Amino acid sequence: MTALSIRQLSKSFGGLHVTRGVDLEVAPGERRLIIGPNGAGKTTLFNLVTGEIRPDAGSVALFGQELTRLPSRRRAHMGLSRTYQIITLFPKDTLLRNVTLSLLGLSHLRWNPLLRLDRQRSLIAQAEAALARVGLGHLAHRPLAETSYGERRRVEIAMALAQNPRVLLLDEPFAGLSVDERRDVKMLLFAIPRDVTIVMIEHDMDVALDFAERITVMHFGEIVVEGTRAEVVADPRTKEIYLGE
Amino acid sequence: MTATRVGLLAGALVLLTVPLWVPGDYYVSVCSQILIYAIFALGVDVLIGYGGLVSLGHAGLFGIASYAVAYMLAAGIGHIAAVVIALVLALVGTALFAALSLRVTGIGFIMITLALGELLWGLAYRWISVTNGDNGISVANRPAPFGISLNPPAHFYYATLVVFALSVFATWVFIGSPLGASLKGTRDQPRRMNALGYHVWLIRFYACMFSGLLTGIAGILFVYYTQFISPQTLTLTASAEPVLMVISGGSGTLLGPIVGAALVEIVKNIASAYITRWNMLLGAIFVAIVIFMPEGLVPGSRRLVRALLKACAKAPAAAAAEPNSGEPTP
Repeated sequence: MTALSIRQLSKSFGGLHVTRGVDLEVAPGERRLIIGPNGAGKTTLFNLVTGEIRPDAGSVALFGQELTRLPSRRRAHMGLSRTYQIITLFPKDTLLRNVTLSLLGLSHLRWNPLLRLDRQRSLIAQAEAALARVGLGHLAHRPLAETSYGERRRVEIAMALAQNPRVLLLDEPFAGLSVDERRDVKMLLFAIPRDVTIVMIEHDMDVALDFAERITVMHFGEIVVEGTRAEVVADPRTKEIYLGE
Repeated sequence: MTATRVGLLAGALVLLTVPLWVPGDYYVSVCSQILIYAIFALGVDVLIGYGGLVSLGHAGLFGIASYAVAYMLAAGIGHIAAVVIALVLALVGTALFAALSLRVTGIGFIMITLALGELLWGLAYRWISVTNGDNGISVANRPAPFGISLNPPAHFYYATLVVFALSVFATWVFIGSPLGASLKGTRDQPRRMNALGYHVWLIRFYACMFSGLLTGIAGILFVYYTQFISPQTLTLTASAEPVLMVISGGSGTLLGPIVGAALVEIVKNIASAYITRWNMLLGAIFVAIVIFMPEGLVPGSRRLVRALLKACAKAPAAAAAEPNSGEPTP
């Protein structure tokens, strides 16, 4: 059984075909890298998988379960988690509250209007553990607005991991990071256990190629090349896309 | 004892002794009115401050509860049944309001709530067989719970204070709960909340219901307070008033709407006795608040106090750091 199965997924905005008949199979535990020039349709593909955009045609399945018609929120409950290219967090809250909100999203507690959230010790302990996992345990009570860009990237990852996803979609997790921050995030991603399947969009080839086992190259909404690192690098179409004919 | 607890105790003491130190029944009644509007503003703040949804139609929900009580009392139904049915009707009205207006957010939400509010005002004005049109409906007497008549202003004030305290407590519980935290999340990052597994629409719907409950309670207290209801209570101005209370006091705070309600009601009922164009005064106050404390009076005052404390703490430290200050060097 594949972890993530995408079949003939297509989406157009007016006359612009953002994805065209995309087929993608990701095995359980695999580390998959999706690359391609700007406008290739990579983030749109993520948005189609998470349900933030409805596809015109095609299907998405998670461990054999059909997701295509499910609303975005239900997909999170089925084990699909993601980070965003543009950091999308809760700036008025502390790091701890950000991660607590992530955990609460999958808990029945989220509907409770009577309990005090700050007294939910088990939930808060889990949030603290998730922050410690990304090396931010000591900043748990700091407002997000007072943290660096690199720390916010790690909070994004902590929020995604806190949900114990089966498939994790990372949209440019190294974007805008300094050399040291890249090293930290890279170590963090390498430490994620194999029961989490990871699909990552990334432009930083030095970091991403180390991480990925298989690479998918997208161009103008289509998958052009797919294979191991050596196969993709050797393929003339990859060179054509990145360097021109 | 923390500063918050001291403040709470002082506030409670002031509110409990109002009939003892406020001069005359008129001013005690004004205090009741402030509490009623504070409950109304708290309800509106649940949506504005915590949900990021500005409603310009809440006077319609306020009016549903008020008219329901007045109509049923006029029809000979008892106080308890009238109050319960009024609350149920206010909640049904809120559910319809929410179902229609939550299809959109931002300007769209404001416009739909405004339209629905105007629709209810039109009904109150034109459905004469039920609402008595412009003549309104009078309420003959106030209830007498446990044999205590609420006709004397002080008695009514204490009854209102009890309901107000319960409303503030309920709002505090709601805001601090997981559902309250989820609501704040939908205000700041609805897309992210959706991806985290939250049902954004339903969270907003529940928030609307809680807001409608508080608004309905305020509407019921109001009709007992004035012992009269007319379409004037459902106008656009009446919907804008609690919004202004929330914005001037500080949205997203528990104290802000209460302070805002006090400000508006004091200017409306007390300053208006001395200034003919009191609306202009109120407008000038709002402009001043927006310029000097755009976050509202409560958060703005907190900011000022913090800055003052910081400055006070720095002054002695700077004096101590200055070598031989005031002493001539040998």
